[in-house]
Amino acid sequence: MSHTPEPMVRFDGVVKRFGDNVVLDQLDFTVAPGEFVTLIGPSGSGKTTILRLLMTLERVSEGVITVGGEPLSHMRRGDRLVPADDKHLAAARRRIGMVFQQFNLFPNMSVLRNITEAPVHVLGLSPAEAEARARDLLELVGLGDRCDEHPSRLSGGQQQRVAIARALAMRPDVLLLDEVTSALDPELVAGVLDLLGDIARTTDITFLCVTHEMGFARQVSDRVMMFDHGRVIEDAPPEQLFTDPREPRTREFLQAVLDRS
Amino acid sequence: MNWDWEFVAGAMPGILRGLLTTLEITVLGSLVAYALGLVFALVRRVPKVGVVMQAFIEFVRSTPLLVQIFAVYFLFPSAIGVRMSPFVTGVVVIGIHYACYTAEVYRAGIDAVPKGQWEAATALSLPKRRVWTSVVLPQAVPRVVPALGNYTISMFKETPLLLAIGVFDLVNAAKEEGAYAYKYVEVYTIAGLLFLLLSYPASLLVRKLERRVAHT
Repeated sequence: MSHTPEPMVRFDGVVKRFGDNVVLDQLDFTVAPGEFVTLIGPSGSGKTTILRLLMTLERVSEGVITVGGEPLSHMRRGDRLVPADDKHLAAARRRIGMVFQQFNLFPNMSVLRNITEAPVHVLGLSPAEAEARARDLLELVGLGDRCDEHPSRLSGGQQQRVAIARALAMRPDVLLLDEVTSALDPELVAGVLDLLGDIARTTDITFLCVTHEMGFARQVSDRVMMFDHGRVIEDAPPEQLFTDPREPRTREFLQAVLDRS
Repeated sequence: MNWDWEFVAGAMPGILRGLLTTLEITVLGSLVAYALGLVFALVRRVPKVGVVMQAFIEFVRSTPLLVQIFAVYFLFPSAIGVRMSPFVTGVVVIGIHYACYTAEVYRAGIDAVPKGQWEAATALSLPKRRVWTSVVLPQAVPRVVPALGNYTISMFKETPLLLAIGVFDLVNAAKEEGAYAYKYVEVYTIAGLLFLLLSYPASLLVRKLERRVAHT
């Protein structure tokens, strides 16, 4: 792999423990710029923890995470890496955005302000610039006419579209999708997934996606990683992983997911 | 025992002036308690300093308000050279005393903001200060308004303690008016009724607010 360009995301020997519970066990993987990688696996296998570590919502127990060539979990001191302080984390997380299962829109703000808040106060855009950007994004997610509503007036699917627009407004290099359709009514899922598929195709954002929507994963992913007990047990292009999985554990898991739906 | 209406008429202006003082102390004391309580709640979250803050809060909550009033009024002038009028002492002591209670109210309100809100704010890289001013407090504070209102009502009913340092609150005014004629039944009855007349509608209002907050 020495000829490939610098990976966008790199995990080197990452371990995450909660107390005695080892959630991620010596994890090594890379994600190339612009790649769409889907993480699948049984619940508790550590997929969401990977996203939360990247978003700096959790800290690694061991190992190093690198984003865009710069250490995220650590910072350079001389030629050594030391655990990142708050200031480093604040700077490092700017390249990363996240969309959550429960949307987590700010209920005290209008839809528009949910989207303009960070561009104005983090990126330093003027309110007018931020608003123009927000309106374009709301148009993109099909909610151009709902700018002034409060989130509570929107359906789950609409709220998630706003959350996607809010994340995109920060122009992230890496976008993390954490079971973004799991909290939605079934009839709203397809619309949100189509939107994400379009965004993945038309931007060069790097995606890490945790989902149980196997059809979606198969359609949009460049690669699928199957997790079990905090380790990657299979890492393959979707066509191969979904049609001819190498590992019996992957086959079992896919069978179980298919039976459920 | 007979009720002397003429005496009541003569005493009313004095009693109402006392009521005005009581209301002034309640309003000003509430403003101090609301503002300082929030500051206390936030300081308590700071490492190390928070422990000192917590100790102060516990100290104030575990000692009687009357003792605090006496201490500030009689000890502060000689101990630390701070001399305040009875009225100002009342506002300051009652305000700080109740801030130690409202701090707890704010804490509960802040803790009730879902973790996902903090995480979304982090995911957007919002600076700490901004997270507080635009995400957390705007959600936490409206929810605690009814609880703050309840403390204002308690405060209103505690102002008579200030007669111990000579504040002409409602009860002290009633006492003075009564003393002219050695007639206490009328004046204290009226004072009591005035407390009831203001406290009860206020508590109905708080209950209404509580219901409205519960629905949002």
